[in-house]
Amino acid sequence: MLKFTEDHEWLKIDGDIATVGITAHAAKLLGDLVFVELPKVGAKLKKGAPSGVVESVKTASDVYAPLDGEVIEINQSAADDPAVVSADPTTAGWLYKLRLANAADAESLLDEAAYAKLTA
Amino acid sequence: MTEIDAPPSQSKRTPLHAEHVRLGARMVAFAGYEMPVQYAGGIIEEHLWTRAHAGLFDISHMGQAILRADDGKHDTAARALEALVPADIVGLAPGQQRYTQLLNASGGVIDDLMVTRPAEPGTDGTLRLVLNASRKDVDCAHIVSHLLPSVTLAPLTDAALLALQGPKAATVLSALWPGAANLAFMQAGQGTIAGSPCYVSRSGYTGEDGYEISVAAADITKVWQTLLDAPAVRPIGLGARDSLRLEAGLCLYGHELDETISPIEAGLAWSIQKRRRQSADFPGADRITRELNERPARLRVGILPAGKAPARDGTEVRATDGTPIGHITSGGYSPSLKRPVAIGFVHAAHAAPGSAVRLVVRGSELDAEIVRLPFVPHAYRR
Repeated sequence: MLKFTEDHEWLKIDGDIATVGITAHAAKLLGDLVFVELPKVGAKLKKGAPSGVVESVKTASDVYAPLDGEVIEINQSAADDPAVVSADPTTAGWLYKLRLANAADAESLLDEAAYAKLTA
Repeated sequence: MTEIDAPPSQSKRTPLHAEHVRLGARMVAFAGYEMPVQYAGGIIEEHLWTRAHAGLFDISHMGQAILRADDGKHDTAARALEALVPADIVGLAPGQQRYTQLLNASGGVIDDLMVTRPAEPGTDGTLRLVLNASRKDVDCAHIVSHLLPSVTLAPLTDAALLALQGPKAATVLSALWPGAANLAFMQAGQGTIAGSPCYVSRSGYTGEDGYEISVAAADITKVWQTLLDAPAVRPIGLGARDSLRLEAGLCLYGHELDETISPIEAGLAWSIQKRRRQSADFPGADRITRELNERPARLRVGILPAGKAPARDGTEVRATDGTPIGHITSGGYSPSLKRPVAIGFVHAAHAAPGSAVRLVVRGSELDAEIVRLPFVPHAYRR
């Protein structure tokens, strides 16, 4: 199941595990990314709390936790080479995996059509 | 995600707006204008292209104006401007350009500007001014309010401005107008490019060799396209203009300069010539003379973060014992050095190159070092 936030994160949800990244729309608007900061594995995140940072040449942008959960894995290659996120934000450029506190909460997020409409 | 730029609204446009859109530029609001922040290649590619080849920038949002003495004498126009700036304008040779600052009564900077004394017949008693876009209205009102009736200021509202910057700029421009090769850094003259009269200075704000080209708005598209036809030239947006400026360690108004900052604090003492230091007859001369003699309490410095995280404008700078000592005024990523770089102001006691400092980024203290500016050496052709 693919979900989106109004803050331009995507989530690929498989059971109670969500893989999180920034959308292609956001990556295009940000331009070349030069720094990615990820949460620590084991961090317990509250929905809407800052969970990382992506920085372009010009600006720093927070990445917000899309749902409550615990970080179980991070994409170190994205932090090592932020260009991976710029080039491929929806696959190789994923940021972290979250074990959702309540997988049913994902229903409250945007689906692909609703996100496309938001960014049209 | 936050901080995605809103699309510009109610902004002015430069005469090249349609060309930017046609080239796929991302347009953003800047200083009241809708300007290209980047083209399709992105800021890093544009930045590196300018350092290696030649970049073409639309800077038509900047203010251009002519200060004119009714009596046609350089001395009259120059003395009128010298009442407002600390540079030696009387001593400008024909065809020479100088960088200076409009100062308020307390020695703070109203704006920084380029002043040129034209050499051409019929230009006696005139000075050409180039002003920051964000300050041009303030500047013109300030200048006009201090002029005697015998000197007038005429904004060049119908002129556009281009910058051609980079190691290939001279070769490209000389092929179109041979006079370009004869200008040294900070010299200027009347030329012709693509059949259009241009006023060209060998200057810029990237740290590279290059030119700024003033052209009538009606002719700008032809000149722009002719320059872009050269294989060494690509269009460059304001994003790379800022990262190039940052690497070159140059001041940007609203960041390193404002009405509270003196040119001495900003490291611009070099722009105040000996004659003016001796006469000390410019606004804020008391403070500036004292700072020249005793060194100001705070100084502009280069700051090199040790890690990979950029430290942005507004970041607090602390001594290694945690004491606040200043803040960053411009900070970002250096495409040439492939690492974060910053400019800021710190207490003079901590301003020596090599001093260890800490930067407070998102609540954490990050290691950094005070370094000499520029980050990338200037390549001016003197």
